[in-house]
Amino acid sequence: MSRALNESDRTTGSPILRIQDLHTEFVTEYGVVKAVNGVSFEVAAGETLGIVGESGSGKTVTMLSVMRLIESPPGRIASGEVHFNGDNLLELSNREMRQIRGSKIAMIFQDPLTSLNPVFSIGEQLTEAIKMHLRVSNKEAREHAVEALAQVGIPDPVQALDFFPHQFSGGMRQRAMIAMAISCNPSLLIADEPTTALDVTVQEQLLQLVDDLRSQLNMSIVWITHDLGVIAGLADRVVVMYAGEIVESGPTDMIFENSRHPYTQGLLRSIPRLDVPRDKRLIPIEGTPPDLIHMTPGCQFASRCRYRLEQCEEHPPLVELDTEHASRCWVNPEATIVSDYA
Amino acid sequence: MSDETLILKVENLQVHFPITRGIVLQRQVGSVKAVDGIGFSIHRGETLGLVGESGSGKTTTGLAIAQLVKSTGGQVWFEGRLLEGLDQSERRALYQHMQMIFQDPYASLNPRMTIGNVIADPLRVHSEMGSHALKDRVRELLENVRLDPALVNRYPHQLSGGQRQRVGVARSLALGPSFIICDEPVSALDVSVQAQILNLLEDLQRELNLTYLFISHDLAVVRHISNRVAVMYLGKIVELTDSDQLYAEPRHPYTQALLAAVHTPNPRVERQRQRVVLSGDLPSPANPPVGCNFCTRCPVAVDICFEVKPDLHESSAGHWVACHLVEQEYAGLRSQDEEVIDIG
Repeated sequence: MSRALNESDRTTGSPILRIQDLHTEFVTEYGVVKAVNGVSFEVAAGETLGIVGESGSGKTVTMLSVMRLIESPPGRIASGEVHFNGDNLLELSNREMRQIRGSKIAMIFQDPLTSLNPVFSIGEQLTEAIKMHLRVSNKEAREHAVEALAQVGIPDPVQALDFFPHQFSGGMRQRAMIAMAISCNPSLLIADEPTTALDVTVQEQLLQLVDDLRSQLNMSIVWITHDLGVIAGLADRVVVMYAGEIVESGPTDMIFENSRHPYTQGLLRSIPRLDVPRDKRLIPIEGTPPDLIHMTPGCQFASRCRYRLEQCEEHPPLVELDTEHASRCWVNPEATIVSDYA
Repeated sequence: MSDETLILKVENLQVHFPITRGIVLQRQVGSVKAVDGIGFSIHRGETLGLVGESGSGKTTTGLAIAQLVKSTGGQVWFEGRLLEGLDQSERRALYQHMQMIFQDPYASLNPRMTIGNVIADPLRVHSEMGSHALKDRVRELLENVRLDPALVNRYPHQLSGGQRQRVGVARSLALGPSFIICDEPVSALDVSVQAQILNLLEDLQRELNLTYLFISHDLAVVRHISNRVAVMYLGKIVELTDSDQLYAEPRHPYTQALLAAVHTPNPRVERQRQRVVLSGDLPSPANPPVGCNFCTRCPVAVDICFEVKPDLHESSAGHWVACHLVEQEYAGLRSQDEEVIDIG
């Protein structure tokens, strides 16, 4: 029996992060870009949540909103609540938020070359964060930094402190960024496409590192990516986003083996994959993603959907289909992807 | 080049970029060995995939074949003709038959030209077509790539990434080439659009009898579209065989690591996957190892690997591998077969 989700359904143990009806938009000369349109989800303690979506899905803006890193203007968090550790982050002062950002919640980004300051050494950037949050002496901060670099597998960590970002390879830079993120022992790590720009063998090194760290430090992780393969191996639960909304969410196995939303199914059918015969034709999702400035009413995916009905002109709510598995669709078709190719 | 079915043959191709020092008096102090002696052939109508990570030399290989980068050694034969010392008119003639599609659909189209003009450009340069004929040909090309002909007067920034890439494909088809080098044509596109472009490339290959060199870092994509695959590492080919064989039975330790790093959107498969995590980083192409280029990171390297560079050997029919250990293993197997035959 399916029912629409609301506040009182959340009876499971207290989550570490709870986002409620978040709306974020950007005011531009072309109009207002509605980047995030009513997103709600939770992250449990110790779990890895995957957020999957393509460009324009709103996945990055959602987590930047959580961190209050949305540049305003032109962006603004129009409404919603973000509960972390007993506080609504959207109501904290800048000073209070600075104490949380980088220490209790840390974020790593896709391109470490742009998120590390090129004119400061790795050591200076690491110790800056440590001194700010942990109130220790310079000497202690340096020791702490060496430990963090060793923990992420950077060889000769004492020497590495004095290196500049450009002296590292892409994989090493990403490790340095992870070191900065974990240096203050955060309870939540947000990773925004951290391996997308890296070679696959380097990605493999980083994924193993993050896996080790997760169990050592008992962190929750939110991993944002467009790469379904990485998510399948990494996440406990998955949230699929499209046009600023969640269109499907649930445990990883359910999403991949029993997905009910046409967009998720479309994605799974359209990517070349090693577990399917190589000569089977790919089944693409026709059309293009919607314009986030001029949004049409109704389901945002309808114009590209093979199951489209007249009812889809009315915006579908996110509905729980079975335990923890929700989908935003009037049809919720059943489809087993791999057998489509058989 | 004796074989009539070969459209391209590359032999011992070398692209070394000089490293110079000094401002007024420049002297060469070393070189970046981007492509360091590779060879392969492509048959008419097939797709050869060229796969590798950054620093492998795969893109430089494509550029060298297209004569967009000067090679410092080796030979390239195209349609039976050696490409060497071509003057401008010979290069022009070449581009009627050989074309290239690039990775970045934003950077590879001139933002100040309408897409009609972008596609007509090669025709204006290489032919004497009148404006009516040009318009017809552009319309035909837009239809070939399944784009609405009404887009002819739009500018690139008004199109989506997928549409721009279709324009890039249309432009490459304008002169009616037989061979197209595709350099990461779908890497910059959203996942849901990649399949559209891959299907388009496959359809066009059939409809227009095209041959492709498909360069990519994405192993799943390469497997899907290629008949045969060559794996590159630090300027060398380490393995070359047909697609099914490469993915079913990778023999070079680097290929095995590369394949082990490919994720499948299937949680059960992912949980059972054997992980192979390589240690260390890619060596500098200005200073590659003395022995096998992969020896510094290879999980099974032995003494000879650090001393002698392995050649590409045919370990079994059509399956070429550059690895001392693989060569020893398969030489042993081959001599066993020979013994059996002798006894019979």
